[in-house]
Amino acid sequence: MYPEDNLYSKDHEWILVQDNVGTIGITDYAQHELGDVVYVDLPEVGDTFDANEPLGSVESVKAVSEVFCPVGGEVIEVNSKLEESPELINESPHQKAWMVKIRLMNPEELKELLSAEEYEEYIQEQSSS
Amino acid sequence: MENPAIKKTELNQIHRQLGARMVDFAGWDMPVQYAGPLQEHMAVRTRAGIFDVSHMGELEIKGPNGLQTLQKLTCNDINRLAISQCQYSALTTPKGTFVDDLLIYRLASDHFLLCVNASNQDKDYQWIRENALPNTEVIFRSDDFSQLAVQGPKALEILRPLTGINLAEMKYYWFARGRFAGVDAIVSRTGYTGEDGFEIYCAPDKTEGVWTQIMESGRSFGLEPAGLAARNTLRLEAKLMLYGNDIDETTTVLEADLGWICKLQKGNFIGRDELIKQRDSGVSRLLVGFEMIDRGIARDHYPVELNGQKVGIVTSGSPAPFLKKNIGLTYLPISSKNMGTEINVLIREKTVKAKVVPTPFYRRVPSV
Repeated sequence: MYPEDNLYSKDHEWILVQDNVGTIGITDYAQHELGDVVYVDLPEVGDTFDANEPLGSVESVKAVSEVFCPVGGEVIEVNSKLEESPELINESPHQKAWMVKIRLMNPEELKELLSAEEYEEYIQEQSSS
Repeated sequence: MENPAIKKTELNQIHRQLGARMVDFAGWDMPVQYAGPLQEHMAVRTRAGIFDVSHMGELEIKGPNGLQTLQKLTCNDINRLAISQCQYSALTTPKGTFVDDLLIYRLASDHFLLCVNASNQDKDYQWIRENALPNTEVIFRSDDFSQLAVQGPKALEILRPLTGINLAEMKYYWFARGRFAGVDAIVSRTGYTGEDGFEIYCAPDKTEGVWTQIMESGRSFGLEPAGLAARNTLRLEAKLMLYGNDIDETTTVLEADLGWICKLQKGNFIGRDELIKQRDSGVSRLLVGFEMIDRGIARDHYPVELNGQKVGIVTSGSPAPFLKKNIGLTYLPISSKNMGTEINVLIREKTVKAKVVPTPFYRRVPSV
């Protein structure tokens, strides 16, 4: 369910890092909690974010959920398909519905994130509390 | 953590078995969604949905002065309400603002049932008792009724086999008392979705059987259980008021653009003097509908700006699943109420353009 190559934040974002570029999206758990996604607000290429700063938002009929940048970086690409097809977030949160790619500013920050296994444990605790 | 004080309707287990997500709403553990608000919303617009609305409050008024008490306490005209008819109205404060909005059922010449908001039922009961004329009996009946709403173009066909009441002949905003799904019930052709449909009141211990029979009858019509989230988007598309958001004790009936329930010529009632003054001098603000021009969803309480000045808040705002637009309601200065007026909604510190549009946003095409 949760790809092992990714790292995960406690705010339910995933990041896949290749050659100092991180691809970021929200997790399957997050899309499920949110329900039908009807709107996605993305940043612009060139925007920079610190770790844990909101980079955009994902909205369902009922709720707004901010998406936090798991590590600091500069946006180099956004998945503008999501603006036309926000339902991709529900259908394919870990693949088609990546939201942004960033160039990492401080790769050390990746150490703060969870592995797939740790994240799965974390969400199990969340669901049972 | 489960709150031990939270109230549960008779259908709590059924909702959970259906996989509903539950929320605390006005002290009740209520289903906010089952399959999801988009699907439920579309089911009601195109087929039918069933809602457990047992949290709604019921008050009974009777006695020789029952009618005069309601004439004094509400702004609509009870003399225009026939036996077996329902009337949308408001309990008004001396300022012409809302104690609550409500539905009045005339059971007999001097006997009425009031359906009020769950969050206001205790306040309403106190208010009515304090202001009732002598020889009026005011009875708190919320614990004696469950309420189900079946809404959508297929509602009539789904419910017709379950009762001897002639539902097909029942006009909009009329009701009948009789047997429904084998139990005593009040069935009215009313609702809070902008769609044709019915609301069914019965004894709480009979609710499960009634729900089950409706669900069975509805299966071949694509009936779906629907939760509070869909109820909210449906009522907003139809511009039906939500107490606490669009109307409250600070907004007058005329400001809320509900002049049609405000019968100033009927004789005295609480708030009438203020409402007459307001009518004569003109309201200074009016509840209007808007739709977003730019990308963005206006949500409840987001600030609204006009020409760079903050003029109010979004009282209700949401995506409109059937219309596929993002819509909302807000009070605007009367000089800006005209269709097409551009406003800005502040969405997380960004100003996003919207414009005033005619309401209701959605109006069903009558089938007959």
